[in-house]
Amino acid sequence: MLRQRPFIVEVLTAAALIAAPFVLPYLGFTPATVNRILVWGLFGIGFDILFGFTGLLSFGQSAFFGTGGMVAAYLLTMVNFPYVTTSLFIGMIAAGVIGYLVGLIALRRTGIYFAMITVAIAEVFFFVEFNPLSAYTGGENGLPGVPAPTLPLGFTTINFDSDASLYAFLAFWYFAGLVIALRIVRSPVGAVLRAIRDNPLRAAAVGHNIHSYKLTAFVIAAAYAGFAGGLLGIMQGFMPPDAFTFDTSGQLVMQTAIGGAGTLFGPLVGAAVWLYLSDFLQTTLHLGAAWKLVLGLVFVLLVCFLRRGIVGGFQDLYRLAIQLAVHGPAVKAEPKAAAPAADMTAEEEQKATHAALAKAPAAEPMPALSRKADASAGPILEATGLTKRYGGLVANSDIAFSVKHGECRGIIGPNGAGKTTFFKMLTCEIEPTSGRIVFDGRDITGKSVTDVCQLGLTKSYQVNQLFTRLTVRENVTISALAELRGKFRLDMFRQLPKIAGLAEQVERTLALVDLTDRADIPVAALAYGEKRRLEIGLALASSPSLLLLDEPLAGMSPRERVEMVALLKSIGQGRTMIIIDHDMGSLFELVERVTVLQEGRVLVEGTPEEIKSNKAVQEAYLGGVLEA
Amino acid sequence: MINWSNFISQCFNGLVLGALLALISSGLTIIYGTLGVLNLAHGAMFMLGGYAGWLTYTYTNSFIAAVVAGSLFVMIVGIVMERVIIRYFYTRPYEDQLLVTFGLGIVFVETVRFFFGSLSKAVPAPPPLIGITSLGFMYYPTYRLALLGIVAAALLALYLVLYRTRIGMIVRAGIEDSVMVDSLGIDVYKVFMLVFGIGAMAAGFAGIVNAPVVSIAPDVGESILVQTFVVVVIGGVGSFPGAVLGGLIAGEIISITSMFNPGYSYVMLFVAMTLVLVLRPYGLLGTAGRE
Repeated sequence: MLRQRPFIVEVLTAAALIAAPFVLPYLGFTPATVNRILVWGLFGIGFDILFGFTGLLSFGQSAFFGTGGMVAAYLLTMVNFPYVTTSLFIGMIAAGVIGYLVGLIALRRTGIYFAMITVAIAEVFFFVEFNPLSAYTGGENGLPGVPAPTLPLGFTTINFDSDASLYAFLAFWYFAGLVIALRIVRSPVGAVLRAIRDNPLRAAAVGHNIHSYKLTAFVIAAAYAGFAGGLLGIMQGFMPPDAFTFDTSGQLVMQTAIGGAGTLFGPLVGAAVWLYLSDFLQTTLHLGAAWKLVLGLVFVLLVCFLRRGIVGGFQDLYRLAIQLAVHGPAVKAEPKAAAPAADMTAEEEQKATHAALAKAPAAEPMPALSRKADASAGPILEATGLTKRYGGLVANSDIAFSVKHGECRGIIGPNGAGKTTFFKMLTCEIEPTSGRIVFDGRDITGKSVTDVCQLGLTKSYQVNQLFTRLTVRENVTISALAELRGKFRLDMFRQLPKIAGLAEQVERTLALVDLTDRADIPVAALAYGEKRRLEIGLALASSPSLLLLDEPLAGMSPRERVEMVALLKSIGQGRTMIIIDHDMGSLFELVERVTVLQEGRVLVEGTPEEIKSNKAVQEAYLGGVLEA
Repeated sequence: MINWSNFISQCFNGLVLGALLALISSGLTIIYGTLGVLNLAHGAMFMLGGYAGWLTYTYTNSFIAAVVAGSLFVMIVGIVMERVIIRYFYTRPYEDQLLVTFGLGIVFVETVRFFFGSLSKAVPAPPPLIGITSLGFMYYPTYRLALLGIVAAALLALYLVLYRTRIGMIVRAGIEDSVMVDSLGIDVYKVFMLVFGIGAMAAGFAGIVNAPVVSIAPDVGESILVQTFVVVVIGGVGSFPGAVLGGLIAGEIISITSMFNPGYSYVMLFVAMTLVLVLRPYGLLGTAGRE
C-alpha cells in the first residue's frame, strides 16, 4: 500500500466522502441509495476484517446487524431513551457481546464447519426475534418510529432528518469506522490476522494464540455490524425485522466479494454496485423481481473470473502499472542467487560455491533468548518413554532422548522410522500416547505448540509452511511479533514500526538467512532454495533456545546445500539444535552427536564417527537392500 | 399436561422430517466428503426437484413420472454444474467454493421465481395415498406414512450403492483420501462428477416426494439448507451414518419442540448442535481431519 505517505488513504477517503453527494446524483444514484451504501459499507468493513483479513467466511452476520439495530431501536422507541448516538453505541456493545458468545461456539471449528455453524446460529436469531422476543422487537412488524439524531451546538440544534443531512451523519460514522479499521489492519494484531488467513497452522506454531485472535476479529466484525444495524434503523426511521434474515448475510457476503475482500473499501464499492444495479434494473429496465437473478449471475461470473473483486482488480492494475513504470516491461523479480547457467562447467560451479562461502556471514545470529539462565550444563530437553500409536500402528515406541544445552544433535533413520512424528511430539503438535517431555526444566507434555514456542522451542518444517500471500519481511515480522508481544495482546491501535526491537530483529534475521535483498517480494515469487531459507528464518525470528530442523537440506542443489550448512553452523552458535536429515555427509559435519531411529525406536546414539562404523546402523540402511 | 396422542403423532412427524433431512444431508455430506466442496446450492437442488416434478405433474398427471423427472432433472443439473463450474474450483480456496455455490443457489432460485413466480405450488399425493390411515392407536395421514417408507427406501438404496457396489467403494475411499484413489489409477474426476450427480439427486428426490406435504416455493430450500447444516454438524461431515443419525435427531427435535412452541424449535436445534460441538467437536459419527 501507500506506506510512504501516511494518512493518504484517510485524506482521499474524506475528500471522496465530501464530494460524493455532489457527484453521485449525476451518475443516477438517489440520495437514499447513497445513504444505504454507507450503512452497508460500514457493515462490510467489520466483515472484511473477519473474512478478507482473517479468512473466516461467516454467513451469519445478520445476527449482529439485527441485534445492534434492534437494541438501539428498542431503546429509542420503547424506552424513549433520548440520546440517539449513545443508543448506537449501546447497540454496538450488545452486538459485540453477542458476537463474543457466538464466537466461542462457532470458532470451535474452522473452514466450512465455521460457515455452517454461523448460518445455523443466525437462523436462531431470526426465529427468536420473530417469536419469543416479538414483544420487544415488534416481531414481523419491526420497530417503527426510530427518531433522527440531533446535534445540539448550544446556539442551534442540527436535525439529521433529511436525506442530505443524514448523509453527513452517516458519512461521519463511516469515516470514523474506516479510520479505526485502517489502524487495526496496520497494527500488530492486523498482521497476525493476515498470518492466520494465510497459514493458521504456522501462525500458531510461531507462537500466536490464534483462537484468541480469531475471536477478536469475530467480535470486531460483530461490533461493526451492530453499529451499522443501529444506523439502518435511524436512516429508515424504522428498524426492519428482515435485518435478521439469511438474505442480509448473503447480500453482505456478495457485496464484499464483488467489491473485493481484504481491501476494506471492497464492501463499500460492492454495496454501491449492488444497490445501484438493483435500483437501475428495477426502476429503469423494469425487470421487477428478475433484478436479483441478474445480480446473482454477475456475482457468479465475478467469483469465477475476478477473484479479488473490483477494488482488488484495480489494485493489481495499479501494481502492474507501477512495476512497468519503475522497471520497464518484463522485469519480474529475478532470484538473486540465479541458478547456475546450464553451460557452467563443474569447475566453475565449484568456484562459485567457494566464492559464496568466502563471503562473510551477513550478520551475527540473534542470540538465543535466554528465558532461563543458560549456564546450566544439564539437559535442555529430556524425553522419556515417548510413544505414539495410531490405532494399531506404532510410530514411536518408548523413546528416551536427551539433549544438552548448546549441543547440536543429528537424527537419522530410514524413511518411516518415525523421525517427523518424534519432532511433532517434541514441539507438541501432536500429543504422545504416553511418555513425558521436559524442556528447560519444565514438563511440556500436553501443552500447545503455541505455548511451547513461547517457551523457546520451535521447529522449521520439512514441507515449507510459509505465509504465502505476505512478503518475506512480513513473514519474518509475524514470527518476531510472537516473541516480542507474547502469544496474545490486544494492541490494536499500535503501529508496527513503533514496536521496540522489532525492526532490528527482523533485519537481522533477514540478513542471517540472506534474504535482505528479497525482503519486499511476496513469498510466492521466491525460488525454492530461498523459500527453504525463509522457512528457517521463520523459526529463527522467534529467537528459540532450542531449534528443531526437519530436513533443512531436502531438495536442495549441491551448492545450496553448502550454503545451508554454513548458515546452520552460524545459527548454531549459542543455541541448541536438533536436525533431521538424510544427507549424512552434511549432517555429520554439523552435529556433535547423532541419534539413529529405526522403526520408531532409538537404535543407537553416538558421535558421528561411532555411528559411521556402527554395524547395526549399516544394517538398518543397507541390510534391506542386500537381502533384496 | 401433554396430550399423548398428539405427542406420538408429532414423534411420527419428526420421523418423517428426520428421514427427509437424512436423505438430503446424505447428499450434501457425500459430495463434501468426496469432492471437498460444500454445496451451498444444495437447498436450491431440493427446490428444483420440487419444481421439475410439479411441472411434469401438470403435464402428465402422474406422480411417479413427477418423481422420476424431478430426480433425474436435478441429477443432470448437478452433473452439468460440476462439469462446467465446480471442477475449476477444486484447486481454489474453500471460500471461493462457498461463494460460487452460494451464487449458483441464488441463480437457481431466482430463475425459478422468474418463470413461475413467488406463489407456492402444490403437487397432490397420488390418489391411493390420499386420506388417513388408522394405526390402531391413532390416525395418521396416509401419504406421510408412505413418505416415511419412500424416503427409507431411498436411504436404503443410497446405502446399498455406497456400501455394496464397486462404485460405492470408490466413493467411500474417495471420502477417506481422494488423492490416494487418484493414484490408484481410478479417474477420480469421473467419480467426482458421478458423486455430485447422486448427491444432487438425493436432494431433488426429497424435494419432489415432500411436495405433497409442504407445497413448494422458490425459497423453500433455504430453511432446508440451514437444517441440513445442523444435521451435518451433529452427525459429522463426510459420514453417511452420521447424516442419517443427525437427520433423525434434528427431525425429532424440530417436531417435538413445535408441539410446545414452534418459535423455539430452532433454539433447541441450536442447543443440540452446541452440545455436540462442545462434547464431540467432530460430530457424533465424524472423524477428525475432514474439514
